[in-house]
Amino acid sequence: MFEEVGTTTEGDLIINLGPQHPATHGVLHLVITLNGEIIKKVEPHLGYIHRSIEKMTESLSYRQFIYVTSRMDYLSAHINNHACALCVEKALQLEVPQRAQYIRVIMDELTRIASHELWWGAMAMDLGAFTPFFHAFREREKINEIMEETCGARLTMNYMVPGGVMVDLHPDFQKKVKAFIQQYKAKIHEYDELVTGNIIFQNRMKGIGYLSAQDAVSYGCTGPVARGSGVASDIRKIAPYDVYDKVEFDEVLQTEGDSFARYMIRIQEMHQSIKIIEQLIDVIPDGNFQAKTKAVIKLPKGEFYQRVETARGELGVYIVSEGAAQPYRIKYRSPGFSNLSALDHMVRGHKIGDLIAAMGTLDLVIPDIDR
Amino acid sequence: MFLKEYFLDIYKATKSLLTGMKLTGYYFTHHKEILTEEYPENRKSLQLAERFRGEVIMPHDANNEHTCTGCSSCEIACPNGSIKIISKFDITPEGKKKKAIDQHIYHLELCTMCGLCVEACPTDAIKMANTFEHSVFNRNHLIKRLNKPGSKIKEGIEE
Ligand code: SF4
Ligand code: SF4
Repeated sequence: MFEEVGTTTEGDLIINLGPQHPATHGVLHLVITLNGEIIKKVEPHLGYIHRSIEKMTESLSYRQFIYVTSRMDYLSAHINNHACALCVEKALQLEVPQRAQYIRVIMDELTRIASHELWWGAMAMDLGAFTPFFHAFREREKINEIMEETCGARLTMNYMVPGGVMVDLHPDFQKKVKAFIQQYKAKIHEYDELVTGNIIFQNRMKGIGYLSAQDAVSYGCTGPVARGSGVASDIRKIAPYDVYDKVEFDEVLQTEGDSFARYMIRIQEMHQSIKIIEQLIDVIPDGNFQAKTKAVIKLPKGEFYQRVETARGELGVYIVSEGAAQPYRIKYRSPGFSNLSALDHMVRGHKIGDLIAAMGTLDLVIPDIDR
Repeated sequence: MFLKEYFLDIYKATKSLLTGMKLTGYYFTHHKEILTEEYPENRKSLQLAERFRGEVIMPHDANNEHTCTGCSSCEIACPNGSIKIISKFDITPEGKKKKAIDQHIYHLELCTMCGLCVEACPTDAIKMANTFEHSVFNRNHLIKRLNKPGSKIKEGIEE
């Protein structure tokens, strides 16, 4: 498995990208076999940020295990928490109050926008443009402030609990979200002016890192990566949870399958998220924000699975319960892991600079891949 | 024909670059739109959200009274053992033994600010404060006793 660093067959060079490299967004280690500047093989090595979250969870109760998932895909913390809460509710057959369902979906979509904004800034930075990062953070900061005000944290919210949400919305929430939507609409054209239309950017993205629809399916890619290849895989459409079946939005699809397609998918997904929030923000029903649950939650004996659409793709939570207050086994199906596995296939034959561009469009969050 | 396309391409490319540079130039000359804050210079005017989870505290009123019964719910709810309850037995005026809090030990250095202890407390004796400057030179300073010395439980608080 582990090849010696150095030359193998004549003219081939093996180099290590990472684990400490600014372009890998975390401790990802790629072993790249090069022939000149042409990539022959990319082998990801994981394990540098393994915290054994799944094993840890076996000793936590069904209230406590949710907070750890904020540390998996930390940019989709809300959505991870949502998946866990939904899985527990499914097992308990618990009816969640309407108000909580609305709040959850709005929070999910805000998280998705924040995540895509950060990705957009980091993506441009990978390609050498530094300014877009700050433009992205300007909008993202607004979302973080909204989260801070209502949930009490900016990144690791732990806001969803089995049966609803932890606390009610802050009185200013609706006003702030509307102000954010206005700011977003006024500033979004800057994104296209700065990056999307830029000729250098387009030349580095178009036709690079091609992934066909068949390959996207066989590698198990989900989320924007699969949709960039034309595979309809949005869990919000396929298996709607909470109030996603009541809102109207399009599942954005592109058929080109290259880096630029994946880029455009995320840009358009942000517009769709804004559309969802606009539909819900004025009609949040009154009532309870949390259903009554027992102090100690015990799931019935059996196996339960719930999947949601995070900013990166399909996240699955699989709980095996023996009827106790702690899970017997928990497995997370993380989107980043499958998306990363397609990297080797995508970049073979390209130049090493294109690897960074293609990897950027996968939107990797390493703690999500390596739990 | 070829030549025309060639120059059109160059024109388009230059235009796309200039559009981006115009925007950068705009922000370069409009300092009012800069959003970064200078911490710690702005410490006095810095306002954190009221709900920001920075630390667990136990509010005491003017008579040095709190509402903690020593029931240990927060200790059980905490996912990483940041809270330790040491209880004692008070003798009530009727001569009965009653469980009460002796020391509510809170390990700030272990806490992940999840807020589950506050959720679990039946008498709302603890809450999250929005302080965030917690660095100290000796880590033992981060182990805190939340009920103040000499404090006692408010009249009429039952589990
Ligand atoms: S906030 Fe969470 S980690 Fe901290 S003491 Fe309370 S329950 Fe424990
Ligand atoms: S703080 Fe609340 S939960 Fe903790 S021991 Fe006191 S009363 Fe019980």
